[in-house]
Amino acid sequence: MATDAPALPKRLSKGSRPLGIITDRSFRVLALLAGLMVLVILALIAVYTTREALPWFREEGLGIFTDNWDPAHNDFGALGLIYGTMLVAGLAVLFSLPISVGIALFITDVAHPRIRRPIVYTVDLLAAIPSVVYGLWALLFLAEPLASIYQSLSDATASIPILNTLFANPSASGKSFMTAGIIVAIMITPIITSITREIFATVPPSQKEAALALGATRWEMIRGAVFPHSRSGMVAGTMIGLGRAMGETIAIALVIGASQRVSANILGPGDTLASVIANQFGEASGTHRAALIGCGVVLFAITILISMGARSLVVRAERQSVGTA
Amino acid sequence: MSSPAVSLTHRARKGRRELKNAIATTLIVGSFVIALIPLTLIVLYVIRAGSAVLSSGFLTEDLPFSNRREGGGMYPAIVGTLVITGTATAMAVPLGILGGIYLNEYGGKGVIARVVRFLADVMTGVPSIVMGLFIYTIWVLPRKQAGLSGFAGALALACLMLPIVIRTTEEILKVVPEDLREGSYALGSRKAQTIRTVVMPHAAPGVISGALLGVARVAGETAPLLFTIGIVTSPNWNVFDGPNTALPQQIYINAATFGGFDAAQDRAWGAALTLIGIVFLFTLVARLITAVYARRSAAV
Repeated sequence: MATDAPALPKRLSKGSRPLGIITDRSFRVLALLAGLMVLVILALIAVYTTREALPWFREEGLGIFTDNWDPAHNDFGALGLIYGTMLVAGLAVLFSLPISVGIALFITDVAHPRIRRPIVYTVDLLAAIPSVVYGLWALLFLAEPLASIYQSLSDATASIPILNTLFANPSASGKSFMTAGIIVAIMITPIITSITREIFATVPPSQKEAALALGATRWEMIRGAVFPHSRSGMVAGTMIGLGRAMGETIAIALVIGASQRVSANILGPGDTLASVIANQFGEASGTHRAALIGCGVVLFAITILISMGARSLVVRAERQSVGTA
Repeated sequence: MSSPAVSLTHRARKGRRELKNAIATTLIVGSFVIALIPLTLIVLYVIRAGSAVLSSGFLTEDLPFSNRREGGGMYPAIVGTLVITGTATAMAVPLGILGGIYLNEYGGKGVIARVVRFLADVMTGVPSIVMGLFIYTIWVLPRKQAGLSGFAGALALACLMLPIVIRTTEEILKVVPEDLREGSYALGSRKAQTIRTVVMPHAAPGVISGALLGVARVAGETAPLLFTIGIVTSPNWNVFDGPNTALPQQIYINAATFGGFDAAQDRAWGAALTLIGIVFLFTLVARLITAVYARRSAAV
């Protein structure tokens, strides 16, 4: 640190002792307060949003767990939205997880060390594209070709049980659970990749080398040394991706259509907690607005639980890897 | 090490094992290629469709009075994005850096620090639309129409940025060598002084690049702005007074225009290209700072 060293003695001589103690303590308190802001904000979110949502909980009661969402008749059951949120996030994770784990393995165990950085940057670029741009692209570029694929998929499976319900009534515009799931899968890939990659990187080289020395192929080494060591980390990464997917709003709002019912037709239109807020908040008032804020409360609760679970798994996984290293 | 039944004596098995290995390797490389497809498509499409619209007028003219009309530019939205993101940065970055300093320099492995660290991680998972609703209920509602302002949007973005800045600052401070701190203590300086004069100058490039990545992350956010900033068609440089607009909001509104109105779609693409350009600029600057920083510390 040749640049900083000369500045040091000059600055240090300035601090007079008694004043030094005061600034020392006050700086510590200041830093602590800044850290505690996180706690304060989380608490305020819970209190304020819940308070504004109370009229919804009061008026609907257990009715919030029906799938009858009809602003014109003042019915606001959120079951269809909760279902839509889970379905889209589930589809997204289903598509994204294998790809993300593959990219992470590519970075840690397959690619030449020299090109690792550029690959990481490239995948991170996916995270730099704003959500609304994904939505715009999915709406104007992806939806149309997808609609015709959906139609032929639906025709092809018309006589196969289960699939004929799942793929029935495909959306003509391409706006559907499936389209939302696909676009969100692309969006959560960088985050799942970066978490699994970090977990894979903690696998002790000695274990990998031991596997290779025993004559294992690279894939056997991955299955035998990397995966068992990273199991809880991979689960955590999946959960964090799931949480992100559930909170994703704008891209989904543009491509999911608008149907607040529980429907098994994954090629048909739907809605999620987040997208219904984005699409309806502008013209909402009274109970409708309280219900939309309530959807935010439900979403907040679900994502907080998921990310708490995931983070405690990460903490545990890190402790584990410290233990074995 | 029990799952793969590795038998080195059987020749016949070897071929199958190698085939499996080859298939797995192909799938692993293939997954990266698959991820490249949407990235390339989106970037190319935005550049193609966006640059067709982009002109000096697009960047300097006011918005049309309705998005059902043709013409007009994105100037007010560019102004809005810059002042709103700037205000959010001014709030979240100093606070986040202080929080990061607390976690690494004071809290360490203590209970409070562990709780704050955990909650900061949890807070990064709070959906951005929930942040928007939160600022709507706590800031906009009590002020009625006057509550809709660039500042309200900045508050929501700051809430999103805060945990990111806290955690990246902590990570950067972690790698500041302990020797530097001890050298400073040995010269008789206090902790706050050491942090100010020794630790922070050393960590500054990393912290700045972390903050810029945080800025890039929130500059493209739409959901928190939907119910907090209102909308205007002429530029509003004053964040505290009167409604505002922003590029992500304009993209959303124009994309959602019913019936696929061509002029609105073009505007959305142009705004998307402008927004990606701004976000990319922040990211690039952050990466450059990190790269220079890495070279400098490697030299030391």
